[in-house]
Amino acid sequence: MTRSLLSSRVFLGSVVVLALAALVPFLGRVVPFIAVPYALGVLTSAYYFGVFAMSWDLLFGYAGEVNFGPTFLIGLGAYAAALINNILHWPILPCVIAAAVAALAGGLMLALPALRLRGPYFGLVTLVAVLLLQDVIVVFAHWTGGEIGMTVPDVLSISADTNYWIALAFLVVSAAIIYGYARSSLGLILQAAGQDPVEAAALGFNVAKHKLAAFSLSAIMSGVAGAMLIFYLGSASVDVVVDLAIAVQVIIAAVLGGRRTILGSVIGAVFLILAGQVLLPLGQLSTFVVALIALLVILFFPDGLLGQFLHVGERE
Amino acid sequence: MLGYEIFVDGFAISSLYALGAVGFTLIFGVSGVLNLAHGGTMVVAAMIAWLVIGDLHTGVLGGALIGIIAAIAFAFATYFAAVRPIQRSRAIPKEETEIFILTSTLLWGIMIQTAIAYFFTTNPVTVPPLVPGVVHVLSVRTPSNEVLIAVLCWLVMALLWLFVSRTRAGKALLAASINPRALTLCGFELSRIHLLVWAIYGVLAGIAGVLLGTYLGASSDNIGPLTASAFSIVILGGLGSVPGSLIAAYVVGYFETITAYLVAPTLRSIPALIILVLVLYIRPQGILGRR
Repeated sequence: MTRSLLSSRVFLGSVVVLALAALVPFLGRVVPFIAVPYALGVLTSAYYFGVFAMSWDLLFGYAGEVNFGPTFLIGLGAYAAALINNILHWPILPCVIAAAVAALAGGLMLALPALRLRGPYFGLVTLVAVLLLQDVIVVFAHWTGGEIGMTVPDVLSISADTNYWIALAFLVVSAAIIYGYARSSLGLILQAAGQDPVEAAALGFNVAKHKLAAFSLSAIMSGVAGAMLIFYLGSASVDVVVDLAIAVQVIIAAVLGGRRTILGSVIGAVFLILAGQVLLPLGQLSTFVVALIALLVILFFPDGLLGQFLHVGERE
Repeated sequence: MLGYEIFVDGFAISSLYALGAVGFTLIFGVSGVLNLAHGGTMVVAAMIAWLVIGDLHTGVLGGALIGIIAAIAFAFATYFAAVRPIQRSRAIPKEETEIFILTSTLLWGIMIQTAIAYFFTTNPVTVPPLVPGVVHVLSVRTPSNEVLIAVLCWLVMALLWLFVSRTRAGKALLAASINPRALTLCGFELSRIHLLVWAIYGVLAGIAGVLLGTYLGASSDNIGPLTASAFSIVILGGLGSVPGSLIAAYVVGYFETITAYLVAPTLRSIPALIILVLVLYIRPQGILGRR
């Protein structure tokens, strides 16, 4: 009973937030002094970031695997799309599909054996994967543009409004897929496999297979989101889709929003991007402040923003 | 000739890696904590030594000493700000402590990195060498400082071995890494042993940091790569195994040096990463791992 009540609370909350998000493009008509295109641009990146964080939370919160290299999957997708768009001149949609395939294939090649290892080893392999991808991109600078990055000929749209709607729609669809998966019976098995693999296996579930399925979904969503992001930005560069700093931000967003909540990751991502904008006058120190806030949240509210909210609901 | 050069150069950098990684692995062995702010400890030591030598004219040795003290202070700060509160938190389930400590030390490392970048910029600083001049080792012209680094690293590790195998506190430390529960049953306070291991870690990482500052220089940008290399060495050698870390440090150090000499200096980190991935697939417990 509590469970359905909670999920309906989450559902109602999501609808309200979504309605508010849909109103943002029309803000300019009400309060003319707000720089709407600028606000839309910030939120558009934040929505793609939210998909990165949700994909990460599926692995961490449910499968119990720490992926230190979400940007390996994101970067693979982004660079696959950018290269194909540049060299083969495919239109955007096939490029995005290719990005999903690339992220899935690369992720499986590297992570499949690692998923069978216990402890911090999976985390280490994923960390190394990011460093390797970064090195490979720099080594093949002739095609990838190296550290400077590469531009893509096609962009989603040049209108801030259209880009915002595309990002919002993409976020909603991704959230529905990932949240639906996590809330289904498959998600429950996954959660059991993450928390006590021995017992889950004793109940007759193939732990490796379920973790692999979750990893594949996470890889596909990350790769597609990475590709969408670079088609929004019009360029792909290591600093934006591969660098470890971005990986850390994805992790902070998910933990800040509340692990094992999926939707909390979106809140965390939007909060993080907005905080970055608000703290912009601090210059270099803004990263310091964001890291400090995240550390304090972890120390005092380890369940994160949404997790805290849901727990209060449970106690009532 | 080139072979000798690689041998001599690789030895110095590997010894430094070994010293840094031994502290890292000790903490894991005793308390199961992987400190992702490790690079921060090393760079803090080098930065403070450089600052003190330049501004307060303490002389090179005095500056090195103050740098090491700063590293100890930073190690304690890491423990009290980012590790102990999580170990004691009731809101965090036991099986998730490990990942929470990974995240909190990572955030702590980012904080120190941005703070150093803000106050000292990201330009690398070079601590003056402890001894000037050059000597010939195996007919390779080598800075005396490089020889001193290798000697000092091994001296410190020998002292550590004496401490662990000959003193009461050291034996308690070793026992804590084998079976902490039995140790508490024998009447030892585990929290004091944790403090001791963080102090030793501070000394080791501090010495490694100052020496690195005299050899390659140090900047806030090094913090991430230094942590990553210590992490790889420790996994390669086997989590918690000190001899394993020593061997792995030389494997990684020499692979980097060989690549830098024979292929290209910019690619120096790639072969070590590939070896690491291969080892994880073939022998995930590392060279001398316990599991």
